[in-house]
Amino acid sequence: MLQSAIDSILILVVLLNLAMLATSRMAACIRTFALQSLLLALLPIAVGIRHETTPGAHLYVIAAGAVGLKVFLIPWILLRVLRTGEIHREVEPFIGFTSSVMLGAVIIIASFAFAKRMPLPTEAPTDLVVPVSIATLFNGLLMLVSRVKAITQVLGYLVVENGIFIFGLLLLEQTPVLVELGILLDLFVAVFIMGIVIYHIRREFDHMDTHLLGEPREV
Amino acid sequence: MTAVRAILFVPDVLFLLGVGPLLMSVIAKTKAWFGGRVGPPWLQPYFDLQKLIQKNAIYSKTTTWIFRAGPIVSLAALLTAATLIPVLSNESLLGFPGDVILLAYLLALSRMFTVLAAMDTGSSFEGMGASREVTFGALSEPALFLAFVVMAVATKSLQLSEMIGPKLLPEWQIAGPAMILVVGALLAVLLTEACRVPVDDPATHLELTMIHEVMVLDHSGPELAYITYGAALKFTLLGFILVHAAIPHPGGINVLGPLLRAVEIGGLAVLVGIIESVMARFRLNRVPMLLAGATVLSAIAVVLVLMRRAA
Repeated sequence: MLQSAIDSILILVVLLNLAMLATSRMAACIRTFALQSLLLALLPIAVGIRHETTPGAHLYVIAAGAVGLKVFLIPWILLRVLRTGEIHREVEPFIGFTSSVMLGAVIIIASFAFAKRMPLPTEAPTDLVVPVSIATLFNGLLMLVSRVKAITQVLGYLVVENGIFIFGLLLLEQTPVLVELGILLDLFVAVFIMGIVIYHIRREFDHMDTHLLGEPREV
Repeated sequence: MTAVRAILFVPDVLFLLGVGPLLMSVIAKTKAWFGGRVGPPWLQPYFDLQKLIQKNAIYSKTTTWIFRAGPIVSLAALLTAATLIPVLSNESLLGFPGDVILLAYLLALSRMFTVLAAMDTGSSFEGMGASREVTFGALSEPALFLAFVVMAVATKSLQLSEMIGPKLLPEWQIAGPAMILVVGALLAVLLTEACRVPVDDPATHLELTMIHEVMVLDHSGPELAYITYGAALKFTLLGFILVHAAIPHPGGINVLGPLLRAVEIGGLAVLVGIIESVMARFRLNRVPMLLAGATVLSAIAVVLVLMRRAA
């Protein structure tokens, strides 16, 4: 029962990756990311319960930290940047939406094929963990490179981090809570700084199309 | 032996042939309920068909025999496809191993003749509708086929009635998530093929936005009746594939099974009515996105099922 709950969550995470590649509205994209993070925050607890050990306090701390940061704080910062930066609400991809989704699907299938050949130090909670983690990582990378605006690039970076978070499930028992929290803190600081930077790009250049940053000019 | 078998199928055949217009009525009633209206009488689609049958057909002078053959071939292809689909029981009338391919191409043949008849009129509107129909048809086919692949791998069979029969039941336990993806993809295919919202709006009155309706503008009388009936039949056929895949019944003789199936297909019609009531139709350039999404869902389901097979 719990096994299929974990599987369902992981598959939903993959589908949300594709949804993020498909949405044309930036705010919707950020909310989808928040939903994905919420689902991921449930995973450590589900895996902990399945291991028959009473889920230790550190699992709850990780879950709570992930929810607080990635479901509330970071989406809030990004939505605020979106509002105060007077950014046009559309995503503007280099690669069209339909082809992004197709590319995302190719990545997912490739990561399933790739995950089969990967030797693991410990046994995975379910055989979906590794492929979903790799798929999320590379879908985030695709978002990072295929979108024009700085804010969607931050979002791509966050999706990459979600992929790494899934991979961290493999080492759930071994990782001390401090390491996890350290990663979350790093992430928070990174997004915080990026939020400020995006705001300043907008102030200085009147736009935040990153591909124009390559052409220096007098202000 | 075959005679006994044929008699057993009588209720199935009668149900399949008769229920289509009623399902259209269920959809219309659901939409009316959402709009706070009463809606047309339950039997209105049958009255419409009767009225159309009694009329004369009128043919434009620019049309050729293709225009007249269109509705007939189209309906005939759908009726042939109907023999391959399990209806109330778990078996189909004439199923044989490999019949899924025939089924898919009978549906394509039916579509092709509707399109040819539309092009034959030389009307620019109808040509536009034809072009859209073919585009979306071509995009929904991979989704349908990949969904069939999932079920074929799961049940190790290429006969539709077995693929969506009792053998699918354990698969819902082994690879439940994959099956949910397949059902989602099949629903998108159903909405596209049966020309429902969010792909096409059967109730629209503006030729520019129509897909299926615009292709049949020039047909009249009995031929329009064939087309209307064919549309209802196509919805029923794809609907039965969907409910069989979504809710596989255990094998063996079961009195309740057929009754449940009838309720399920009615429930599907209500669901489609709800979708039509709460959603606007997509912009035309977003529709390929929906179908690409359905194809991707099926493709991921294929990967999942293959992975579970290997494990």
